[in-house]
Amino acid sequence: MRIGVVTFPGSLDDGDAARAARLAGAEAVRLWHGDPDLHGVDAVVLPGGFSYGDYLRCGAIARFAPVMESIIDAARGGLPVLGICNGFQVLCEAHLLPGALTRNQHLHFRNRDQWLKVEATNTAWTNGFTAGQEILIPVKNGEGCFVADTHTLDALEAEGRVIARYINGNPNGSQRDIAGITNEAGNVVGIMPHPEHAVEALTGPSLDGLGFFTSVLRALAGSSAGGQLAGGQQ
Amino acid sequence: MARVVVDVMLKPEILDPQGQAVANALPRLGVTDVSSVRIGRRIEIDFAGEPDLDRAREIADKLLANPVIEDFEIRVEAAAAEVA
Repeated sequence: MRIGVVTFPGSLDDGDAARAARLAGAEAVRLWHGDPDLHGVDAVVLPGGFSYGDYLRCGAIARFAPVMESIIDAARGGLPVLGICNGFQVLCEAHLLPGALTRNQHLHFRNRDQWLKVEATNTAWTNGFTAGQEILIPVKNGEGCFVADTHTLDALEAEGRVIARYINGNPNGSQRDIAGITNEAGNVVGIMPHPEHAVEALTGPSLDGLGFFTSVLRALAGSSAGGQLAGGQQ
Repeated sequence: MARVVVDVMLKPEILDPQGQAVANALPRLGVTDVSSVRIGRRIEIDFAGEPDLDRAREIADKLLANPVIEDFEIRVEAAAAEVA
């Protein structure tokens, strides 16, 4: 399985994301922001960082990168896409996910190991977890406060599209402690904390992040065997 | 020069922690009669020819503002475009 990792100008965690994909057993394929060719990848990770310097709004300019036009089309067609931190912001700006990420409520950049509770496990990127599982992965953001209107928040919860919530303290003021969400089909997931930084004992607080990358391999194996990719399975 | 000005503001219901931080600093300047501060962004777009408000609106809607959290207003800058 080939997992593409996009590099925008200002991406920081593309190397770690590619490494995480390899540790999970995938072939990591580096994708360049200016190249619309997805090189036949089976899934895509939009990594953390500060694409285009976070100018205007986080993710606002990255959304119009040539590679994003291909990714947006492919995501609508079912390609699994994981947006981490800045990648989550890009997915919201691209309208692949609802809501927006805004300045942390307390205005401080927050960098710490963060406990999350996994909720939706029927997505391409979380099917390897159990519902209610508590995981520890690093969070590091200045603009990670998830906001959406009440109707959207209610719909996300009613449809089981919150994939993880912050527990033991909300690091950025996100509404309803939301750390990550998925689209209706379950193939597009955005998460603010960084699973790719929790894949090795030497450098991470846990190995919990690896589950996102092994999940997508399982989803892809299932779909290539003729099964449904997430969304359908509940 | 044909200048269009776009003002982007967070929607009223969206928390503006930067504005709050500024408001909280005002008492240190001796200002005590301000109840709220909100921070937005002003963008100036210079067209090569005539100012094109429809074009500017499209730019604002697609790129300059995020309609999920922000509102925008656009206007032709009077002096620059010689509009009363």
